[in-house]
Amino acid sequence: MSAGTSIYPTPPPVVAERNLSAPQWGMISFLISEVAFFTTLIVAYVAFMGQDTVGPTPSEALSLPLVIGTTICLLSSSVVVHAAQRALERGNQGLFCLLWFGTIVLGIAFLAGTAYEWRELIFDKGLTISRNLFGTTFYTLVGFHALHVTGGVTAMLVVLLLALRRKVTHENQTGPELVAWYWHFVDGVWIVVFCVVYLTAVGGGG
Amino acid sequence: MSLAQPSHTQGHAAPHTAAGENWAGWLHGWTTTVDHKRIGIMYVLMSLVFLVIGGCEAMLMRWQLAMPNNDVLGPEAFNQLFTMHGTTMVFFVGMPILIGAGNYLVPLMIGARDMAFPRMNAFGFWITLFGGLVVYFSFATGGAPAIGWFAYAPLTEHTFARSAATDFWAVGLIISGIGTITAAVNFIATILGMRARGMTLGRLPFFVWTMLWTAVQMLIAIPPLTAALVMILLDRQLNAHFFDVSNGGSAYLWQHLFWFFGHPEVYILILPVFGIISEVIPVFSRKVLFGYEFMAAATMAIVFISLGVWAHHMFCVGMNRTLDLYFAAASLLVSIPTGIKFFNWLATMYGGRIRFASPMLFAYGFLSMFLIGGLTGIMLAAAPFDFQLSDSYFVVGHFHWVLIGGTLFGTIAGIYYWYPKVAGRMMSERLAKWHFWLLYIGFMLTFGPMHISGMLGMPRRIYTYGPETGWTLWNQLATLGAVVQAPSYLIFIYNLVVSLKKGKPAGDNPWDAWTLEWSTTSPPSSYNFEETPTVHSRRPLWDLQHPDDPDWLYE
Repeated sequence: MSAGTSIYPTPPPVVAERNLSAPQWGMISFLISEVAFFTTLIVAYVAFMGQDTVGPTPSEALSLPLVIGTTICLLSSSVVVHAAQRALERGNQGLFCLLWFGTIVLGIAFLAGTAYEWRELIFDKGLTISRNLFGTTFYTLVGFHALHVTGGVTAMLVVLLLALRRKVTHENQTGPELVAWYWHFVDGVWIVVFCVVYLTAVGGGG
Repeated sequence: MSLAQPSHTQGHAAPHTAAGENWAGWLHGWTTTVDHKRIGIMYVLMSLVFLVIGGCEAMLMRWQLAMPNNDVLGPEAFNQLFTMHGTTMVFFVGMPILIGAGNYLVPLMIGARDMAFPRMNAFGFWITLFGGLVVYFSFATGGAPAIGWFAYAPLTEHTFARSAATDFWAVGLIISGIGTITAAVNFIATILGMRARGMTLGRLPFFVWTMLWTAVQMLIAIPPLTAALVMILLDRQLNAHFFDVSNGGSAYLWQHLFWFFGHPEVYILILPVFGIISEVIPVFSRKVLFGYEFMAAATMAIVFISLGVWAHHMFCVGMNRTLDLYFAAASLLVSIPTGIKFFNWLATMYGGRIRFASPMLFAYGFLSMFLIGGLTGIMLAAAPFDFQLSDSYFVVGHFHWVLIGGTLFGTIAGIYYWYPKVAGRMMSERLAKWHFWLLYIGFMLTFGPMHISGMLGMPRRIYTYGPETGWTLWNQLATLGAVVQAPSYLIFIYNLVVSLKKGKPAGDNPWDAWTLEWSTTSPPSSYNFEETPTVHSRRPLWDLQHPDDPDWLYE
C-alpha cells in the first residue's frame, strides 16, 4: 500500500469546509429544543384563552405599563450584550466587562419587575396558579420564561467572573458568544409572550 | 473551540483503569469515565437490564392472560404492569440502546476522538439511568402508576391516582428526558462540528446520517413531553387546572401534547435502526448502498412528515372530519419514504454476493417483519379501519411487530455486527442461529394471534376475559410464543458474556467492511485513532484497499 507511485490515481485535495464549531452547533441544537418547549407552553396558553370558569380574566388582572417597562429592560439588554461582544472582539476587556455587567443589571431589573407584578397579582388581584385556567397557564408560561432569564443571568455572572480573571478574553470568545445567543433567544421568547399574553389582554381577549 | 477538541496530548500514555487493578479501581474507572465508548457500552448494558425487567413484566401479563377468568395477578397489578412495561421499553430500553450505539459508533465512524462534549455525555447517561430508577421507585409508594404508558388524563389527576406513584413516574421521565436532550445536542454538535478532514455530509456513513436526524427529532419531540409532564405535576402538586375538566381544563390537550411527542418517538426508535440496516446490508451483500442520496432524503422526509401525523392516535376521540382526513392522509404519506428505503435495501442485495452471517440473518428478520408491521400500520392509518380496531389487540400486535420486528431485530443485527469491534472477539454464530430462530418463531407466535383476537374484539389492557368470548385460543398461542421467545434472550445474553472471553479473536476488520471504525484496533484505544484520518469517499477503507480503483472516482 505504498502511496505516491504514479500508477494509482491521486485523490483531489481536501478542501476545508466553512463550518460552525461544535459548541456553536451544540447551542443551536439546545435552543431548538427550547423553542419546542416554549411553543408547547404557548399552545397551552392559547388553547385555554377565554375558557375560565371564574375570574380574574387577563384584561382584569394584567397591567400594561409595568410590563412595558420590564420589556424595555429586556429588549435593550440584547443591544447592550451585542455591544459587549463587539467590545471584546476589539480587545477592549474593560468595556466588555462594563457592558456585560450592564446586561446583567438589566436582566435583574426585568426579574424584579416580574416579582413586583406577581406580588400584585397574587395579593391584590387574587390570581394564583390554582385560581383559574388563566392563572394556571399564565404562571407556567411566564414562570418558565423568568426561570430561563434567571439561568441566563447566572451564566452571565459566571462569564463575568471568568472575564475579570482574564479567562475570557479577546482570544477566547466562545463562552460569551454562546451565552449571548441564549440571551437573544430568551428575549425572543419574551416578545412572543408579550404579544400573546399582554397585548391580547389589552385587546380585550380572554 | 477549546471546549470541543479533546486534548491531543493524552495520546499513547492514556491511563487505563482496566483489568489487572482492583475492583474498586475498575468501578471508579467506569463510573467516572467520559470516554464515549465506555459511556456507549454502559447505555447498552443499562438498556439490556431494563429489557429483562420489561420482559419479565410482559411474561407476567402473558401468564395472567393464558386462561380465561384467571386471577394470578388481579386488575390492580395488571394495570401497573402494562404501564411499567410500556414506559420501560420505550424510555429505558429503546431510546438508550440506540443512543448507546450512536455514542459508541458516531465518533469512530466520522474519524473523531470523542463526542463534542464528553462530560455532558457522561451526565446524559447517568441522568437517564437515574430517571429510570426514579420511575421504578414508584413501586415503593405501594404500587407503580396504573395509568398506561400514554397516561391519558384524567387518570393522572389527583382524583384518580392518589398515591405518589404518578409523580415519580412524571419526574423520572422529565429527568431521563433531560438526558435524551443532552445526547441529542451532543450528537448534532459532534456530527456537524467534528468530522474528519474530507468527511463531507454527503460522505457520512449512513448510520451517522440517521443518528443526526434522530437527534433533530429528539430536540423537537422530547421538550413537548417534558412540558406536558410538568403540567401533570403542576396539576397534582399545585392544584393547577391543565387537565382538570371540572375547571375548564382539557383531557384532550394532553392527548395532543402526548402524541405530538409519541408519534415522532416511534421514529426516534426506528431511524437509527434504518441506519444500522443500511450499514449491514451493503457489507454482507458486498455492494455499495443503493441510492444513498435517495435514502438520505427519505430519512429527512420521514422526520418532517412524522412531525405532522400525531393525531392518527386519536381518531376515536371525535375530532372533526377534516382533521381525520388530514391525519389519515399525512400518515399514509410516511409509507412513501419508508418504501423508498425498502426498495433500496432490496436493490442493494440484488445481484450481491450475500454472506449469511448473524448480522445479515437479523437484517433479514428486520426486513421481513418490519414490512408486515408497516402494512398493518397502513391499515390503522385509514381512519374508518381505525374506528373499528383502535385500542384493540390488533393495535398491540401492530406496534409490537414494528418495535420488535423492526427496532429489536435491527438493533440485534447491529450488536452482532459491531460486537467484534467492541469486544475484540467474535460472537458464536451457532448460538446466534439459535437466538434468531427462537426469537423469530416465538415473536410471530406471540404477536400474530393478537391481530386476530383484536379483530375478534378483544380490547387492549383488559386483565381477563370470559371463555365465551372466543379469545382463549389466541391468548394461549400468544403466551406459548412468549415462552418460546424467552430462552432466545437468555441465549443472547449468554453469547454476549461467553464470547467476551472465549470468542475467536476478531482483528481490526472481521467483516471486511468499509467505514472508519473498522480501520482502528478492536477494541479501539481510548483515543480511537493514532492519526485522525482523511476521507475521500463514502468507503474510506475500500479506497485504502483498492488504490487502483477508489470510490472517489465515481462518487
